[in-house]
Amino acid sequence: MSTTTSHALPSGAQPAPRSSILVATSAVAAAGTMLMFGMLAMWLKFRDASSLRESARGKMIHDWLPADIKIPEVATNTMAITMVIACVMAQWAVYSTRRNDSSHATLALAITSVIGIAAINAQVAVYLQMNMGLIDGPYQTMFYAITGTMLALLVTGVAFSIVTMFRAVAGRLGDSSVMSAHALYWYFLTAVFVALWFVVYVQK
Amino acid sequence: MNTVNSTAAVGHASAPSALGTVANWITTTDHKKIGRLFVSASALWMLNIVGVGIALGIERIAPDTAIFNSNSVTQLFAMLRTGATFGVLLPLALGFGIAVVPTQVGSKSLSFARLAMFGFYAWLIASGLVIGSIVANGGPGGGNPQMVDLYLMGVGIGLVGVIAASVSLVTTVLTSRRTGLSLLEIPMFSWSVFVSAVSVVLTLPVLLGSLIYVAVDHHYGRLVFGGNEGIDMWLGWGFSQPQTFLYVIPAIGLLAELAPVTARIRQPLRGAMLVGVGLVSTAMFGTVTQTSHVFVWGGTLSDKIKSAIPYAWFNLLPVLGVVIVTLLALLAIQKGTTRLIAPLVPTFLGVGMIVVGMAGNAVQMIESAKLTGSVFEEAAVTYIAYGAMLCAWGAISYFGPALWGRKISDTSVIGIGALGMFATVLAAAPYYFAKDQVAGVVSDFDYSGPQTAFNTVVSAGHVLMALCLLSAIAVSAKSLSSGQTVSAEVWSDQ
Repeated sequence: MSTTTSHALPSGAQPAPRSSILVATSAVAAAGTMLMFGMLAMWLKFRDASSLRESARGKMIHDWLPADIKIPEVATNTMAITMVIACVMAQWAVYSTRRNDSSHATLALAITSVIGIAAINAQVAVYLQMNMGLIDGPYQTMFYAITGTMLALLVTGVAFSIVTMFRAVAGRLGDSSVMSAHALYWYFLTAVFVALWFVVYVQK
Repeated sequence: MNTVNSTAAVGHASAPSALGTVANWITTTDHKKIGRLFVSASALWMLNIVGVGIALGIERIAPDTAIFNSNSVTQLFAMLRTGATFGVLLPLALGFGIAVVPTQVGSKSLSFARLAMFGFYAWLIASGLVIGSIVANGGPGGGNPQMVDLYLMGVGIGLVGVIAASVSLVTTVLTSRRTGLSLLEIPMFSWSVFVSAVSVVLTLPVLLGSLIYVAVDHHYGRLVFGGNEGIDMWLGWGFSQPQTFLYVIPAIGLLAELAPVTARIRQPLRGAMLVGVGLVSTAMFGTVTQTSHVFVWGGTLSDKIKSAIPYAWFNLLPVLGVVIVTLLALLAIQKGTTRLIAPLVPTFLGVGMIVVGMAGNAVQMIESAKLTGSVFEEAAVTYIAYGAMLCAWGAISYFGPALWGRKISDTSVIGIGALGMFATVLAAAPYYFAKDQVAGVVSDFDYSGPQTAFNTVVSAGHVLMALCLLSAIAVSAKSLSSGQTVSAEVWSDQ
């Protein structure tokens, strides 16, 4: 039996909200950034260590990207642009969630997922168009390793988007921190992809 | 007055079956159980590396002692180094952190406990793969390519698991502290675990990235990274100094925690203590360079300064951090009304061994000392690994009563701790003087000096450490089953 008198002290102030999912996603994003930037650093190290050769335009360049391999720049540039758009969509989902707008949040997440799948598709297209073997040389081996890791990160991003979308469909919009964490993850993916795009596809 | 009758109706609860108990443990989300699983499993690795230490010591006693063939020797050295860091230091730091930190910061549970449990299983599976592959002629320098692939996969899975568990710990400290407890007010042990976990989250992914390159290259073409012989060159920094300093930060934090408890006062200059623990984490910048920073006393003054700065940054700053913590701990003990508690003994001795190992590393990095390539580095790793094991024994005796409600006898704690320190000195100190003995081999060095005596003493040290380890396991098991029960207010001293 429980008896409570009216002299009880009032409850203390509510603790400041701390979003575990947002903090955990930040930690994962930090880890992922270190992973990709570490790989990019090794890429640059090997490229810098390669010998010099004369390019078709008569300039001396590092003999890193084999002369017979062409990077499909349309596909890679499109990937970079769509990744930025994915961030806008993910942020739209956050905005909609804060306004308790389930339908727009769901739509934004669906578009994010589709963009993610499109980016994966574009990466596969890049592999097919470059048509090079993994053991053809050091460039090829390292190219597949670094872009394959990025591809794996993209797959986790799409999975995150789909899970979050199902939460939105089910109306679980009370806690916007999941949406914020999702948006943060896509910002991270875009940042590391843009770095990879610049180093691997633009600077070559 | 507020009166709450909280008497609950007692049902006919029956004791869980053995199968139920096992199921409960392997699917648990209880942070105390997850932490204990990490620590218990790491004990198997400890036995493993102590056994390897004994075997290698005996092998090196005389030139005609040939227990293993030359290929096996390479594998055993790989096992020793991988085991000391990946199998012992990392899981010990994570295990005690996961078991204790939520309680210390006033949280009911660990944030993302299932993520931490995933981390444990990933690390456990990886441990099996790493041991299995090395036994089957894999590992760095291994002769069986498929087993080398398996080794690389095992290390990769383990790294993912360790990073996952660290993310869980970082999130717990940042988001699950009780109301009003700021980050700078959390207990020193939790602070050290937090610093260590952040360091792991930021550094091990870089190792994972290198490993992906090496694994892809090894599996397919072996064109870029030197095949099996290149593994140590590209991944070795993750298993040696200064990276190992990051894994022992919780051991240093434990000393910082125990000193004011022993002295029964608030820690003087607590802010400096926080900075001291943080300074050790400067070792994480070693990830950026992934190389040894040797101090060369030559050339112009500018050359000397250019050589001295990175040397001091990577080799001396972490030592300075540990020295600050140790001095402040001694200050607390000197200022307070000291009442010696048993866990302080192995912890203090363990941190002492870690300092000797870190200082040895700093000496080794001075070029004119001419120690590179000798067994000196092996001694530094032994000091650090065995020092961390002593601190783990201190942590078990200190936190054990809070985790399973029973005490470990003070005599056992102090006795095993003192014997463990003696064993560590025997197993490591001779190699600080055996600068003529080449590292990583068992026979290709000059036996005309005191090498036989050195190797005999080292073997005896490893044997003694094995005995200490078995004793610690037996005493812990006895405490679990029939140790003296403690009061509910087990944290009263803390």
